[in-house]
Amino acid sequence: MYDFEIQKPGSIADAVSAMSGDDAQALGGGQTLIPTLKQRLASPSTLVSLAGLSEMVGICKDDAGRLCIGGATTHAAVAADGSYAGLSGLASHIGDPAVRNRGTIGGSLANNDPSACYPAAALGSGATIVTNAREIAADDYFLGMFETALNEGEIITEVKFPIPEKSNYQKFVQPASRFALVGVFVAKYADGVRVAVTGASESGVHRWTAAEEALNANFSADAIAGLDAPSGDGMINDLHGSGDYRAHLVKVMTGRAVAAAS
Amino acid sequence: MTKVTLTVNGKTVSKSVEGRTLLSSLLREDLNLTGTHIGCDTSQCGACVVHVNGEAVKSCTMFAAEADGAEVKTIEGMANADGSLSVIQAAFQEHHGLQCGFCTPGMVMSAAALLKDNPKPSEVEIRAYLEGNLCRCTGYHNIVKAIMAASGQDVPAVAAE
Ligand SMILES: Cc1cc2nc3c(=O)[nH]c(=O)nc-3n(C[C@H](O)[C@H](O)[C@H](O)COP(=O)(O)OP(=O)(O)OC[C@H]3O[C@@H](n4cnc5c(N)ncnc54)[C@H](O)[C@@H]3O)c2cc1C
Ligand code: FES
Ligand code: FES
Repeated sequence: MYDFEIQKPGSIADAVSAMSGDDAQALGGGQTLIPTLKQRLASPSTLVSLAGLSEMVGICKDDAGRLCIGGATTHAAVAADGSYAGLSGLASHIGDPAVRNRGTIGGSLANNDPSACYPAAALGSGATIVTNAREIAADDYFLGMFETALNEGEIITEVKFPIPEKSNYQKFVQPASRFALVGVFVAKYADGVRVAVTGASESGVHRWTAAEEALNANFSADAIAGLDAPSGDGMINDLHGSGDYRAHLVKVMTGRAVAAAS
Repeated sequence: MTKVTLTVNGKTVSKSVEGRTLLSSLLREDLNLTGTHIGCDTSQCGACVVHVNGEAVKSCTMFAAEADGAEVKTIEGMANADGSLSVIQAAFQEHHGLQCGFCTPGMVMSAAALLKDNPKPSEVEIRAYLEGNLCRCTGYHNIVKAIMAASGQDVPAVAAE
């Protein structure tokens, strides 16, 4: 690693001003950033540590009944919460216990790895990503592999999830990394079903609208069985699986998520 | 350099560290606690697992500066006060839960974290919890057996699959 300084601001306001410095970067749980720094793929001069900001840690419900999760809340805390079953289930299968004790929801959404789990939950729930500057709807937030609507220096302070009637996340594990080879998040709300797919597409997490329409008419695994799998064009094609294989998995995992939704 | 003060295995220590100093480097190189092993240094293997404020973390994937004020426990802090092996360590010995022993410090620290939250885990729960602890030698069966035994459960021969 190149050397850098670690700053520990005492408030979100202090963190935002620390982030305005030259080559400053946010440090969440470090579970992605530290391996990146070790490979010298990033060379910040300052890391602004968010883990100790009590304003950004914790889970509660707002007046609209949404689950509000502080941006520096760990995967382990979300896994233990349980008030949104599909979301806690997803968090409980990220990495391993030690990764879940450090990794944070804000770090995962800021990183937007095309195979990460949380982007599927955020998009599949129509969540709102709250930053120090504004609120961003999940539909406008994910812009492609590792790309988001965040501006330079912007910090995810909170994520708000409407709680669905039924939900489930199914992850087909890539056996070496334990990330999703394909993961599908299904959430059934009073005003419609959302289906979000991670791991599959070259343009990152996305909604499978044909499945949403079929499930709006009939929320059952049979409705998915009757659909064609999405096209393999534009799906990730690598040594772990071809685009067509991933497209096939999208259909299989969606059917499983619907069958398991509770 | 920043000064960090933390409690390691019950003793308060203060050291000057660089921003990039990992908790694993502080433990091994500055405090000579070389029981915490570095198997991969890429956050995969779990040989470096220690407890920070009671929770299992990969010490190769946490900065020393982030441990300022924390309570850290390493494998060196696991034995009983009189120097005899703790229940988990004794069970690893009894059930042959190690061969080369390289992964063992991380395995013991993960096992202790599991048993704190779940005092009587099933075999499936133990295997799931050890997802991030890799062992090149044992094939895991005897590690699982040792943890079952340490939690006071009968250990039927865990069938090889
Ligand atoms: C062995 C292993 C297995 C894993 N398995 C999975 C898995 O199965 N599924 C999965 O989804 N992930 C997995 N991960 C990744 C893990 O979930 C990370 O915790 C997560 O991707 C990043 O979160 P972090 O808090 O550690 O962020 P960091 O590593 O600290 O930061 C990641 C990026 O986000 C930025 N950032 C951090 N916090 C914020 C914030 N609040 N606002 C704005 N920017 C911020 C940083 O500047 C950096 O660019 C795994 C990681 C490891 C090491
Ligand atoms: S040395 Fe830390 S996980 Fe392998
Ligand atoms: S005993 Fe050798 S790596 Fe586990």
